[in-house]
Amino acid sequence: MTGPAIISALLVWSVGWFVNTRLANSRSAHSRAVQLLVPAIFGLTLLIMWELLVRMLEVSPIILPPPTMIASRFAGELPILWADFEQTIIKGALTGYIVGMLAAFGVAVLADRSDFLTRGILPVGGFMAALPIVGTAPIFVRWLGSDWQSKAAVVAVMVFFPILVNAVAGLRDTSAMQRDLMRTYGAGYWPTLFKLRLPAAMPFIFNGLKIATTLALIGAIVAEFFGSPTVGMGFRISTSVGQLALDMVWAEIVVAALAGSAFYGTMAWIEGRVTFWHPSQRKSQK
Amino acid sequence: MKSLLPVLSVLGAILLLWVVAVVPMNMHLTADQAQRQDIAVSPDTPAARQELSGIGLALRNPQLFGMTYTLDRPRLPSPHQVAVEMWETVALKKITSRRSLVYHGWVTLSATLLGFVIGTGLGILLAVGIVYNRAMDMSVMPWAIASQTIPILALAPMIIVMLGSIGIQGLFPKAVISAYLSFFPVVVGMVKGLRRPDAMQLDLLRTYHASAAQGFWKLRLPASVPYLFASLKIGISASLVGAIVAELPTGARAGFGARMLVGDQYGQPLVTWAALFAAAITAAALVGLFSILERWTLRRMGMQAA
Repeated sequence: MTGPAIISALLVWSVGWFVNTRLANSRSAHSRAVQLLVPAIFGLTLLIMWELLVRMLEVSPIILPPPTMIASRFAGELPILWADFEQTIIKGALTGYIVGMLAAFGVAVLADRSDFLTRGILPVGGFMAALPIVGTAPIFVRWLGSDWQSKAAVVAVMVFFPILVNAVAGLRDTSAMQRDLMRTYGAGYWPTLFKLRLPAAMPFIFNGLKIATTLALIGAIVAEFFGSPTVGMGFRISTSVGQLALDMVWAEIVVAALAGSAFYGTMAWIEGRVTFWHPSQRKSQK
Repeated sequence: MKSLLPVLSVLGAILLLWVVAVVPMNMHLTADQAQRQDIAVSPDTPAARQELSGIGLALRNPQLFGMTYTLDRPRLPSPHQVAVEMWETVALKKITSRRSLVYHGWVTLSATLLGFVIGTGLGILLAVGIVYNRAMDMSVMPWAIASQTIPILALAPMIIVMLGSIGIQGLFPKAVISAYLSFFPVVVGMVKGLRRPDAMQLDLLRTYHASAAQGFWKLRLPASVPYLFASLKIGISASLVGAIVAELPTGARAGFGARMLVGDQYGQPLVTWAALFAAAITAAALVGLFSILERWTLRRMGMQAA
């Protein structure tokens, strides 16, 4: 069966690739529809090849379940997946994200009042953001118990530093000319902060917020590997791996991917609304 | 150099906060221990003490402050305890010993580096493909960008089991996860870098009658170097996190992740904290190494960091 399986997979690949090459080099390559269609065809090609190879080579579902099996598992276990989503994403990741964000904003505004603090916090924060903070998960689980509070704490620490660094850097991003203009209007510290410097910092802040969305999900899921109630995405992944129910693991990963994209997409959407004036947000004119 | 003093003050403030926090965090444990040693504690029943917060209990028992810093199994170890534990496990143990952090560090680091090399290599190749092939650009690039919003790390336990069930164990599965994590940042960064040369520069090469290969080696590749280093620094720390997390849910016996888990399960917080700090120092050293390389290379090439 090996020969036909590989041949049919190659066939699917060449058909998909042929269509995509034609589309990419066609005259309508710049249209919105084609730009969505091409990656969709590419993804579909990979899925069909995966399904074909797994079915025809009779790969054990313990090693790699076919996509249709994952899809049916996903559809069949919606209540469990929803409960896990609620526990991990809503309670763990989202709470932690908001706490970490508010803390970072608070520290950023405080640090911003002193040039000395700013110069100290920027390098230290940038350094901390590169560290494997997710390793603090066992400590927080020990301190705060195995429910969502410990996950939220890990998430809050993980998102704190990237948001802080970006916020501090953003608050510095006004020119002397702009600040002088505010001074000629007789604006004090707070009006200048709210009317000039915070808006000017928004592109930076959203950059940090977008980086932090992925970190939040990683923190919430990985922290559950160290101890959790019997619900949650990380819990389900580690126990399903133990039971060799890999289709369930994949279903959870689909949930994680959807949640991650949606979270990021939401932040990008808000960014577009808030920083509509920024050059990177302007629609290019063709 | 100008920011040395501010950085040191911020670090000092963090350290001070830590030292102060040790007292209330460990107070309940200390009070229980003190009572067993017949030292007067107020209030004198564990149940009554549970009612009080750590700070409240600390204020009533100032005589116990010193003891909070010397517990064997503290909730929050003090900085000097972590430092002593690290010194003992890094410097005083033979590096072949299972209790040596150098041994565990090497287990994690070797997987990290192998994965990082694989991930970076494949990432650069894919980026070149994307820049030179429109179909590839339009098919792969949206997925590469979308994949950065996905918690890829959640895949780690499954990759280990998958590779384990077809007979691959040890270093390689961890390296796969490291490679996977460093792959996408490098792809995205390198595509940006290779596209850096503008139409004017590309036109200039055309007037020189330069071939596509010359255009790549003499213009696109050099122009992408600042972006390459920026992605390498992200990639190496992602690789290390990947290798550590890969050790967590799988019952690995060696590595930083395994050390953290052992310390957690056997109630030895000092082991966990020492492993955590060792991992942080390793990450810092790796990123620092690339920063030095970056500065040196860019200065030789007369460029600025991206």
